[in-house]
Amino acid sequence: MMTESQPLVVVENLKKHFAVSSGLVFKQKKGSVRAVDGISFSIAKGETLGLVGESGCGKTTAGRTILNLYTPTEGKIMIEGEEWSPKNKKKLKEFRRKTAMIFQDPYASLNPRWTVSAIVSEPLRVHKLFKTEKERAQRVKDLLNLVGLSSRLINRFPHEFSGGQRQRIGVARALASDPLFIVCDEPISALDVSIQAQVVNLLEDLQDQFGLTYLFIAHDLSMVRHICDRVAVMYLGVIVELGERNEVYENPIHPYTKALLSAVPIPDPKRDRERRRIILSGDVPSPINPPSGCRFHPRCPVMKEPCEGETPVWQEASPGHWVACHCCVCDE
Amino acid sequence: MDTRSVPLLQVDNLRTRFHIPEGTVYAVNGISFSLNEGETLAVVGESGCGKSVTMLSILKLIPIPPGEIVTGSALFRDKDLIQLSDKEFEDFRGDEIAMVFQDPMTSLNPVLSIGQQLTETLCTHLSINQEEAEKKAIELLELVGIPEAPSRLGCFPHQFSGGMRQRVMIAMALSCTPSLLIADEPTTALDVTIQAQIIELVLHLREQLNMTIIWITHDLGVVAGMADRVIVMYAGFIVEEALVDDLYENPYHPYTHALIGALPRVDRRRDRRLASIPGAPPNLLVEPKSCPFAARCNYVIDKCRAENPPLVYIAPNHKAACWVDIADRSTGPV
Repeated sequence: MMTESQPLVVVENLKKHFAVSSGLVFKQKKGSVRAVDGISFSIAKGETLGLVGESGCGKTTAGRTILNLYTPTEGKIMIEGEEWSPKNKKKLKEFRRKTAMIFQDPYASLNPRWTVSAIVSEPLRVHKLFKTEKERAQRVKDLLNLVGLSSRLINRFPHEFSGGQRQRIGVARALASDPLFIVCDEPISALDVSIQAQVVNLLEDLQDQFGLTYLFIAHDLSMVRHICDRVAVMYLGVIVELGERNEVYENPIHPYTKALLSAVPIPDPKRDRERRRIILSGDVPSPINPPSGCRFHPRCPVMKEPCEGETPVWQEASPGHWVACHCCVCDE
Repeated sequence: MDTRSVPLLQVDNLRTRFHIPEGTVYAVNGISFSLNEGETLAVVGESGCGKSVTMLSILKLIPIPPGEIVTGSALFRDKDLIQLSDKEFEDFRGDEIAMVFQDPMTSLNPVLSIGQQLTETLCTHLSINQEEAEKKAIELLELVGIPEAPSRLGCFPHQFSGGMRQRVMIAMALSCTPSLLIADEPTTALDVTIQAQIIELVLHLREQLNMTIIWITHDLGVVAGMADRVIVMYAGFIVEEALVDDLYENPYHPYTHALIGALPRVDRRRDRRLASIPGAPPNLLVEPKSCPFAARCNYVIDKCRAENPPLVYIAPNHKAACWVDIADRSTGPV
């Protein structure tokens, strides 16, 4: 499934910090929220990379920064070997055409005053993809059919649709400019179980049909195992483990990954009762002053001496399985 | 668990509707179930299936109007909750039955300190003075695992994280040691690791206080390991009711079957596409006269569209509402 030769998307040491200031008139900079603090990965063409973590770990910020919805504080983003640059406006637009995003909330991400036709054709208008209105209308109809909606619904408004249908409209909009790479930011977490499966199957079909590359951001680890080829686990702005899905789920190395996986409920009473859960104490610390050394050390059940002071090295534990943890070094 | 014969709560033919400008919402359509002392009952279903409205109806927390409880009784021990006056119910709510709501962000009052909110319940129900109430509040916070409880009393909800707020909500619900705790999606707004903490806490408290629990959820995974019995709801009807192991191993109703098939598994390699259920749940503004699942069901026969199937025993301790016998379904499409 993977062709490592020429990755489509390369992210190198990406950082996004938000300034925190206080004071109403004389704003004083107090510090910064280090939402994304140096992440690196690559995604091959046609591959789905899952980005998982708890709320506040920076996964959504990472997705948005990769698409330049936020200007990166530091780091490099390359698509098809070419670097994104927020400075070169003309090039930026071309990059934007090649990428798209599917948002979490199908209620908030569609303009309630626009018809379906206006919503789905917006990327076509922005990128001036079709010459005539007629061609554009045809493209919108094709897109709606593609995502399983009737093209007769073209003049309806978002409120006339259910959550699952709205998410389909969001998918149609994302596909409009023929992108290569789509960031799916929790596309199913607002939907009911039976509708989730519909949208996930749709995303998979579209990937097969158009060879799309996905970055699938989610907190539902079961769904990530189902849909993704590789998984990256994020904690407080950094990636702590990355690998092929079955490898990560069956042989997790980082204690955070282990705890996260053990906390996922299994819809099977006997197995769920037999399982030993690793209960992490406390909450995720603030990303304004993240803990020193390994960021997970205050909650880590197997913390050792170097964890507090030294940042663990990002290393390959087995082919394609990367992890940043002092403890797996100790084990060797 | 040993007093199976006498149910703690017996709900019969409960029907709740809402009259809104667009018409009548048929939210709960004649459901009956019973709950034994010491049991943990899970009520599972998707949004709009009536699981929360059922519980709110039992607790008389439905705004009337627009709501209307058309028929039904809810016997708690020997009192019919539906017939109680508001005044009588005030002693009941919180004292005998307590509820934990889904969203810990909005169910706490943001302008009152945690201490004030906890002692309010205690003073109302236990008729004790402020000092004693504060002492009890600290005990409760310690019970639900909040560190440094005495100093936390003066804190406001915004100073707590989501998991901590849910712990406070649970502390508040437990303040008068209720016999029945109704938890309405208490972990839905939380992260998995925090969800695991809260589930662990509730299981621990269940053992310690011998509580009866109704756990409402949309997540079949959450309740698999903790419930004794599961009720599956769809469009205001109970479509299946079974002991937990039986439900996951031998789901009878096509909806339950599809729901379990639609779930990916974290503990297994991917072996198939997800089984999606086509279409969407029915419009609740239309009075249901047929099987509510008929439009989305793979095994639908003419009878399904004409008549609503009753909830009947299909095996000991296992009820389902479906016209099509499971043996006849193998011939149909999957």
